[in-house]
Amino acid sequence: MTDFETFLLDGRPVRFTRGQTILEAALAAGHYIPNLCHHPEFRPHGSCKLCTVKVNGRLGAACTVKAMPGQEVASDTPELNGTRRVLLQMLFVEGSHFCPGCEKSGACKLQALAYDLEMLTPHFEHFYPSRPIDASHPDVLIDFNRCIMCELCVRASREVDGKNVFALAGRGTASHVVINSASGKLVDTDFALSDKAAHVCPVGAILPKRVGFAVPIGERLYDVDSISTQAEKRVGEEV
Amino acid sequence: MFHVAPTTRKRKVRIATTSLSGCFGCHMSLLDIDERLLALAEIAEFDRSPITDIKHCGPCDIAIVEGGVCNAENVHVLRELRANAKVLVALGACAVNGGLPAQRNHVDVGECLARVYTHRSEGQAGAVPNDPELPLLLDKVHPINEVVRVDYFVPGCPPSGDAIWKYLTDLIDGRIPRLEHPMLHFD
Repeated sequence: MTDFETFLLDGRPVRFTRGQTILEAALAAGHYIPNLCHHPEFRPHGSCKLCTVKVNGRLGAACTVKAMPGQEVASDTPELNGTRRVLLQMLFVEGSHFCPGCEKSGACKLQALAYDLEMLTPHFEHFYPSRPIDASHPDVLIDFNRCIMCELCVRASREVDGKNVFALAGRGTASHVVINSASGKLVDTDFALSDKAAHVCPVGAILPKRVGFAVPIGERLYDVDSISTQAEKRVGEEV
Repeated sequence: MFHVAPTTRKRKVRIATTSLSGCFGCHMSLLDIDERLLALAEIAEFDRSPITDIKHCGPCDIAIVEGGVCNAENVHVLRELRANAKVLVALGACAVNGGLPAQRNHVDVGECLARVYTHRSEGQAGAVPNDPELPLLLDKVHPINEVVRVDYFVPGCPPSGDAIWKYLTDLIDGRIPRLEHPMLHFD
């Protein structure tokens, strides 16, 4: 038996090692599958569903389904991309994602995905939420209106920083991120700018203070190459 | 140089434009197509628009709407455009998702007006303007697709002149309009 086995992604063979998920194997081979709550350093969460693919005809999240030899996986199809666009639209209307007023614009994964999937309108009726902004911490600001509940900060704080600063509370449309301190304020936790959790937010919800425009608009992460082009260039890296 | 398909048009494409609750930035961006305006003028003419100063819209092919809907007059103008246009295009962030004006949506409009007009410094009396000519504010600012059916959306704050040109020429020449990276921008 060889070290590598293969499955088919949109008709192209992709090599993988046992234990890899479809998403990990695809990204390592330079084949982009849209994803939002995935982070290579953390266990899969499977909540955003952007990476949904058809595995042997059945829908599954590419970040949680293990790659198996002989699988036939469909990802870049009009049907799946259409569904992904609807998921993005729902995320956009649920929070306050006003890109011209957000300092994350250009380096935001949600926005980059919307560009990549050519989402021209949020389509649905906006929630226009009014959630509190926590600017209590000296180095980090949290705008809960932009939170997409990917749980990356929760996972980073728990698994890497060992601090458990964040948690998800509530259910369904009432679910939201809470801060683990008596006051509910970030300043009353042991959260620090050097924490992993301060730097994993894919959107503009957790922002380090005083560096908002250190990188000018036009030179940001997704300004030159789109998110899919970047992934395709990163063959062999852990992404 | 700025090629528009040489069809044998019997008449010019008639375009209406308006700025509802916007900043005219998208109209400025439309002017940013620079000398391509001359190519546009050969194939298109303007109906109601800040460019022509015509106040009411007649039957037209394309209506371009900048800005969201924040007051009663916006609703009337938008409905008039929709009723007269074959194709209605939402141009820019405010028309597409409410944009900057919609950032007032989490504030009560009465409190907002009171804060602006009645909380004055000492010696200055203030009252919320109440002239019958002033259009009534809506309690929320809405993207235009929450009021009328919209055929096409061009996001951006503002969309670049190039993006507007690409979209408009696609539309006029009968192609499916498309914006891709790096022309597609929300900011």
